[in-house]
Amino acid sequence: MPILTLITFLPIIGVFFILSMDSRRSELIRVTTLLVSVVVFFISLPLYVTFDAHTYEMQFVEKLQWIPSFGIHYHVGIDGISLFLILLTTFITPISILASWHITRNVKEYMVAMLVLETGMIGVFISLDLFLFYVFWELMLIPMYLLIGIWGGPRRIYAAVKFFIYTMAGSVFMLLAIIALYFLNHRTTGEYTFNLLEFYRLDLSFAVQFWLFLAFAFAFAIKVPMFPFHTWLPDAHVEAPTAGSVILAGVLLKMGTYGFVRFCLPLFPEASHAFIPVISWMAIVGIIYGALVSMVQDDLKKLVAYSSVSHLGFVMLGIFAFNIQGIEGGITQMINHGLSTGALFLVVGMLYERRHTRMIADFGGLTKQMPVFATFFLIVTLSSIGLPGLNGFVGEFLILVGTFKSRILYASIATSGIILAAVYMLWMFQRVMFHEITHEENKTLQDINKREFAILIPIMLLIFWIGIYPSSFLRKMDASVNHLLKQIGEKANIVSNVQKQNNNITPLIDIVPETKTEW
Amino acid sequence: MITITHYLILSAILFTLGVVGVLIRRNAIIIFMCIELMLNAVNLSFVAFAHYLNSMQGQLFVFFTMTVAAAEAAVGLAIIVAVFRNKETVNIDDINIMKW
Amino acid sequence: MLNLVALILLFPLIGAAFNGTIGKRLRKENVGYIACGAIGLSFFVSLLVFCGLLLLPPEERLFEKQLFCWIESGSFKSVVGLQVDPLSTLMILVVTGVGFLIHIYSIGYMHHDKGYHRYFCYLNLFTFSMLLLVLSNNFLLMFIGWEAVGLCSYLLIGFWFEKKSASNAAKKAFVVNRVGDFGFALGIMLIFLTFHTIDFTEVLSAASHGNFEAGSFTITIITLLLFMGATGKSAQIPLYTWLPDAMEGPTPVSALIHAATMVTAGVYMIVRCNALYMLSPFTMIVVAGIGAVTALFAASIGLVQNDIKRVLAYSTISQLGYMFLACGVGAFTAGVFHLMTHAFFKALLFLGSGSVIHALSGEQDMRKMGGLRHHIPTTYKTFLVGTVAIAGIPPFAGFFSKDEILLESLVRGNFIYWSIGALAAFFTAFYMFRLLFMTFHGESRLDHHAAEHLHESPRNMTLPLTVLAGLSFFGGFLGIPGASAINHFLSPVLGGHGHTEIPGAASGGHHGAWLPYLMMVVSTAIALGGIFLAYHMYIKKPALPKKLAERFSLIYKLLLNKYYVDEIYDALFVHPTKKISAQILWKLVDVKMIDGSVNGIARLVRGFGNVLRLLQTGYIRNYAFYIVLGCIFIIVFAVFGK
Repeated sequence: MPILTLITFLPIIGVFFILSMDSRRSELIRVTTLLVSVVVFFISLPLYVTFDAHTYEMQFVEKLQWIPSFGIHYHVGIDGISLFLILLTTFITPISILASWHITRNVKEYMVAMLVLETGMIGVFISLDLFLFYVFWELMLIPMYLLIGIWGGPRRIYAAVKFFIYTMAGSVFMLLAIIALYFLNHRTTGEYTFNLLEFYRLDLSFAVQFWLFLAFAFAFAIKVPMFPFHTWLPDAHVEAPTAGSVILAGVLLKMGTYGFVRFCLPLFPEASHAFIPVISWMAIVGIIYGALVSMVQDDLKKLVAYSSVSHLGFVMLGIFAFNIQGIEGGITQMINHGLSTGALFLVVGMLYERRHTRMIADFGGLTKQMPVFATFFLIVTLSSIGLPGLNGFVGEFLILVGTFKSRILYASIATSGIILAAVYMLWMFQRVMFHEITHEENKTLQDINKREFAILIPIMLLIFWIGIYPSSFLRKMDASVNHLLKQIGEKANIVSNVQKQNNNITPLIDIVPETKTEW
Repeated sequence: MITITHYLILSAILFTLGVVGVLIRRNAIIIFMCIELMLNAVNLSFVAFAHYLNSMQGQLFVFFTMTVAAAEAAVGLAIIVAVFRNKETVNIDDINIMKW
Repeated sequence: MLNLVALILLFPLIGAAFNGTIGKRLRKENVGYIACGAIGLSFFVSLLVFCGLLLLPPEERLFEKQLFCWIESGSFKSVVGLQVDPLSTLMILVVTGVGFLIHIYSIGYMHHDKGYHRYFCYLNLFTFSMLLLVLSNNFLLMFIGWEAVGLCSYLLIGFWFEKKSASNAAKKAFVVNRVGDFGFALGIMLIFLTFHTIDFTEVLSAASHGNFEAGSFTITIITLLLFMGATGKSAQIPLYTWLPDAMEGPTPVSALIHAATMVTAGVYMIVRCNALYMLSPFTMIVVAGIGAVTALFAASIGLVQNDIKRVLAYSTISQLGYMFLACGVGAFTAGVFHLMTHAFFKALLFLGSGSVIHALSGEQDMRKMGGLRHHIPTTYKTFLVGTVAIAGIPPFAGFFSKDEILLESLVRGNFIYWSIGALAAFFTAFYMFRLLFMTFHGESRLDHHAAEHLHESPRNMTLPLTVLAGLSFFGGFLGIPGASAINHFLSPVLGGHGHTEIPGAASGGHHGAWLPYLMMVVSTAIALGGIFLAYHMYIKKPALPKKLAERFSLIYKLLLNKYYVDEIYDALFVHPTKKISAQILWKLVDVKMIDGSVNGIARLVRGFGNVLRLLQTGYIRNYAFYIVLGCIFIIVFAVFGK
């Protein structure tokens, strides 16, 4: 059964259903959307169960001709690296739809955007054809743009445009690099294809790798976002509706880090090696800087947004440790960040729904009114801090171990991030939840209702599950990550050997195909 | 003997007159007529070539051009009339809201 | 019987989960019963495990039970495995035993509190975490317990979260501990890098089998990093500042977490890693030095504090300093012994002070107490036992352990360690009896409201006090010099190190056999001196302290304000960080520079567009002109171009 195609395009089928509905029947639309996304989630579960952890080969592969004249295929498949990101996507989407119950304006359009977004996100993670990848990459941009731009806060247009253009600016370079790869591949193999697995076999000279890496890395670094390309994130998060923030933090940011693992490392291993110091320092600065700036925010969403910069710094650091602990930790941390930061945005959203403010100063003492909420909030906060026994720790510690193995200095500096994480999260928690209630409005707050309970419980379960028994996740990655490392190692060797033989660096122009355009 | 060259030179002169007229005149109707002049300059060269090459295709094109010119004249004059009704002028310097 | 060890962990966890989820709907008594029952069962199983261990021959007293693989990635592996050996068994007995008594005490103490179920949930969770810490068989699992006790400490310090001071203290405790954990985590990573494993048994056997030279740089760094963790958790200089503030929590919590168990985790960790520490003479000097200095430093602050719990808090820091001093000179047994006796008498003292506070409806200032011994006789008697024990009067528990530490610090260390320790012991005797006299003796200084409600605590509070008083009295006999049961029991874990030599054979050389006996006499004399001074100042001449305070007002103020360490830390770390983050990093770098340049690029593009759009004049003939120009260009290019 083509599970991957099914989960990718089922949301689109749902879109057609919803489009045929009367836009005034918003309850029906909501329930249908939720149903569709839940069905998608359940269909995606067999991926986990039947996933073969012993092979690094792509699994659930489907390959169809799409545009044969350009060698473009509908080619999808997953391995241990993308598996969990897909599950994360199908998991987060129903939750964010459930968290959008309060949307009353243009419900139909909103839900359509959500479903299209899901298709785009899953598509990005399963594509093995770079053209297809790029299509999905751009596809998911549009609904997100609309979500922020239409259902967002007061400065939504600014934020949406900034988000869109910033991401586009990065992807343009990526597109260029993809096309360059396409022609380079043709020159060596004589075949026109966008097949990623074919590209993996290319032996590119260092200079070529250098520039192509830069192009890809630019696109992904913006998406991650790495310091100093992060400023779109606070704006987008602050203005986006709750569900938008959840998906943005939960899934969209992972595309950047995923891109590094899937494309930059195996395609340009030598260049990646060369870039370790640059990327690592950007990541480290991001960790510390994100934490420090997060600490002094007075808007809850901004605080969480900057904390994302810090957390994703860890992920990038792990990936560029170039060893199994680092990369597995990085992937785990991607999932963790999706869960805990997603949950943080949900929690903030719940507060916002009640009080229509996100300013920390407007809260205080909420524990008294909302004890159950306080418990959830605390668990999420602690998970974000990286308390052992909860999910955040597993990823963070593996990353640090991996980094420590390769570069002690980096790890030592980055570890101080765990102190700062405690500072900014606990300080925020204290100001929101502890003390006496000082604002009259807060004295009548309702504790969480059943819907909100249903939103948070699954996340809590996963937070504990990953924290206590991460093996069920790590084991599935082993083969793929090991293969990735082998791939990087082997290719890096070949290239460096070639490099040694002819010391003159191939000029940049080399990548332009030599076919002449005629009048 | 009048050769194809003479026809083409005449056509070029007419065409240039048309172009210059379009570029320097202010009155929309005159500009319009200059455009017709350019079209007819082209028609002339078509006919000349048709005769020279002994082919009917050139003449065929002329008919097309004339049809288009007629249609254009109808639409164009209608626009000019509409503009005149609104702005009481056919001076194109006053009709420049399509900018910036 | 050793197989049951997992149950020790399970019971408190179940108790916590139960009270945490449905405790709210239960009746108060049931909540208390569940919590106490869980710890009671845990204590019972601990006893079984202890017996099981005793049945084995001493050299085989090591049992590991692996539950499941926790994190495995490449060569990095951490299992959830429990390790039963004499050291961990002793710790679980202390934790569950003292914990059980404190749970019972809490039933009475917290009876009127709204957060009753929450309290017991946290308390059970804490016991679980602490047991995990001491039972773990590898560094990372220990780190879970280590952080989890920190979390419970956070939750319990901030238990009365409406109080700003409480929530501040909670946050401070967590963050300061995190600073220590930073070192601990790095230490674990370095251990993994050096030993390729983080399993206690493997690491320690690799260390003790001479794979590493004594004084090796790596080992020194590892041990220093681990010690950094210990200074955080065990409140040593420079990370001790959180402990006095932690007294914002309910008093039984102070007794359990901030006196008897959690704060001793650092000592436990160092004793556990004794093989590593023995390899690094430098670290040992650091440990001993910090321990000694902390002992004296905290004791000196304790001299003048007026809050009954704060005195005890500084006393705890000071006593922990003793334990580190012991470890630092290599007398690990003495450290563990003092850890145990300290757990007894400090828990007793805290619970006693809780009973006083309870009797006085929440009053903690000793200046508003006095003459309470007739009103709350049981509390007084038990408190007296505790005070005598900590002051170090034979044959109470504290005497034996403290005396052993002082002796060891002289024999294995040097005269400086001893003299610092002895001075701190003098201070201890003084401030403890000062506390006793100010609280229970002399004139009553109660305010009207408190005096009216004055009452002895209920049975479920006095019973634990009595039991602990018994332990504080008899506990010392486990470590009588020459026939030390604890020494014998721990020797498999501590190997050759930390073994206290039998007097007589003691270190031979120029120290004679008479030294231990002389030391006993000296330390008793020191303690008596301190007691006498306190008696003189607070019973005989109550006006004297005030005079002295005026005479030496500078020193007095310095001590009263705790050497201004909190203020210095604030000025050095807290405020600059906040200021730099807000003013420079956020408002300048982020908003102005980075985001400014992003928006600047956008503005640049827009400006360029603004220039370009001037081409769009709106005059058709301009457009037509461009067309003509283009045509001419193309024609010229087609005709003349190449």
